[in-house]
Amino acid sequence: MFAIDPLLAGGIGLAEVLIVLLKVVVTFGLLLVAVLLMIWFERKLHADMSNRLGPNRAGPFGILQTLADGIKFFFKEDLVPDRADRRVFILAPFLSLVPAFLVFSVIPIGGVFTEEKQGAVRLFGHDTFLQLADPPIGVLLILACSSIAVYGVMLAGWSSGSKYPLLGSVRASAQMVSYEAALGLSVVAVVLLAGSLSTHDIVMSQAGSGFGGIIPRWNLVVTGVVPFVIFVIAGTAELNRPPFDLVEAEQELVGGFHTEYSSIRFALFFLAEFMNTVTMSAIIVTLFLGGPAGPTFFGPDWIWGPVWFMGKLFLFLFMFVWLRATLPRFRYDQLMDLGWKVLIPLSLGWMLLLATLNIARDADWNIGLVVTGGLGAIVLGYAMLTGAMRTAQHRREQAEHEGAST
Amino acid sequence: MGYLEGFRVTFGKLFKGTETGRTVTVPYVKDSGPKRQKADRLHGRHVLNRYEDGMEKCIGCELCAGVCPARCIYVRGADNPPDDPVSPGERYGFVYEINYLRCIHCDLCVEACPTEAITESKLFEFSFTNRQDAIYTKAELVVDDDGLPQQLPWEDWSDLDLVAAKSSAWVRATAASGDADYVGVVAWSGELGFGVKPPELGQTSPAPVVDHEDDDATVHDDVGGHH
Repeated sequence: MFAIDPLLAGGIGLAEVLIVLLKVVVTFGLLLVAVLLMIWFERKLHADMSNRLGPNRAGPFGILQTLADGIKFFFKEDLVPDRADRRVFILAPFLSLVPAFLVFSVIPIGGVFTEEKQGAVRLFGHDTFLQLADPPIGVLLILACSSIAVYGVMLAGWSSGSKYPLLGSVRASAQMVSYEAALGLSVVAVVLLAGSLSTHDIVMSQAGSGFGGIIPRWNLVVTGVVPFVIFVIAGTAELNRPPFDLVEAEQELVGGFHTEYSSIRFALFFLAEFMNTVTMSAIIVTLFLGGPAGPTFFGPDWIWGPVWFMGKLFLFLFMFVWLRATLPRFRYDQLMDLGWKVLIPLSLGWMLLLATLNIARDADWNIGLVVTGGLGAIVLGYAMLTGAMRTAQHRREQAEHEGAST
Repeated sequence: MGYLEGFRVTFGKLFKGTETGRTVTVPYVKDSGPKRQKADRLHGRHVLNRYEDGMEKCIGCELCAGVCPARCIYVRGADNPPDDPVSPGERYGFVYEINYLRCIHCDLCVEACPTEAITESKLFEFSFTNRQDAIYTKAELVVDDDGLPQQLPWEDWSDLDLVAAKSSAWVRATAASGDADYVGVVAWSGELGFGVKPPELGQTSPAPVVDHEDDDATVHDDVGGHH
């Protein structure tokens, strides 16, 4: 499984095990600290964007507010409603939290991505990747974990034995299942071009200078921006963050799926939610922005990997908060329309176009002709889709009209 | 590009120096600097008032308990002992308890009270740490011999001298029976330590001259309130 990591290539001894353990601890700690800071950052930035002060009591600039909240959650009374399905109710927060942790283990957070070093870094005399694990199916693991996380939300609402959580979880399953399709299809575009499902290989394929020496060879550019945009939108929906937070719409559903949760169980959901925000940003950075790959300037070259990674990560964390501060929530039918009638057809069409281009390049066809033909097919498909939707709407209105007149 | 306009607005808020980015909320000052001026009709924790001669105003009629939407008031009346009456008249409040875990500070008890015995002070900074402390008994609610509210260990009364005189603003703000003819007419009894408090400035007609020693005259200038 891990044959690709040079650390594990030549037999496993005590030193290798210790290094892997160290990586586990560092990854775990890094993620927790990042989440802690992310919650504070979100509250502070959102406050700034709405002319408020934000947390300012605990520590300098209120930076310890999350810690204070966490301690408070620990000492709150832990309630399990009488009508709840006890076992599922207790299991659900962990179903949400564990995948959030797991996903981060396949994210490369550093490394020297040059021709000779291939992303490896020398650690205590051993060459290794700065990522916890590099399974050959890294991207599939990410998709699988985000699918499992749906069960956490769904079962939480279902097992609460209460109306609002149930409604929230019904929304959650519908929303996350429909956006998962668009998410997966836009990832396929990346995988097609990288030729691998390993996150390390995907980052490696984006390293080095690209067009004209200035524009990087990121998948963002190479796949033609469209999959990136679809991935960001579908990813936001997958995170249940505004403007896709119908799952926990305060104005309609109290707290949505976690209405009946309190104390540490609620804290786990809360933690998972923000952890998912961080990991989703990390996934976007890995898949589309070249992860930790980037030019090195001075000092030891392994320092620049984490620096680039954190910088790019921060960009997306900022973006998620900005989206939340700006956009109002979608209506439910708008959400479904966007998912099924725009994102899925578009990502499907774009994926077919990229696949065709790949084959054309291999078979030495006329690229210009293939691009024109492909775009033509997409436009034709779009016209047929809108035509079909218009006809369906027309028939529906007619049926309603007849139903009203009789 | 109508979709992107909103992003520009929220991003503009990040620049604190500009007019649009100005922070409008004020930090809560607990230990440093003076407290913010409190609104005249702020609803804080209750006090049970006494007459100028030291008699308690409460007659134990339980109207406050009856009107309370949160059912947080518990009152029991009793006959006044003939040799040592607690209140003028026949009955007095024998037991008086308010549960502040339930109270919503709607002031309906103050409206219902026929003798202005219960009014709300300006205190809102009282965070008790157990449920027993949340239930204020009569001994804690009734004003002391100077007519000032009693300070409990968890209460922050650091601006008491500023707000003590304003403890019954609602009573003074309203003309009797809502009749405009009674605007500015004193229709309430005196209080221990303060005497007959002046009416709050009127709702409709030209403002009656009121002897205000405090400096918040500007607050009274805006005409509004009950009609």
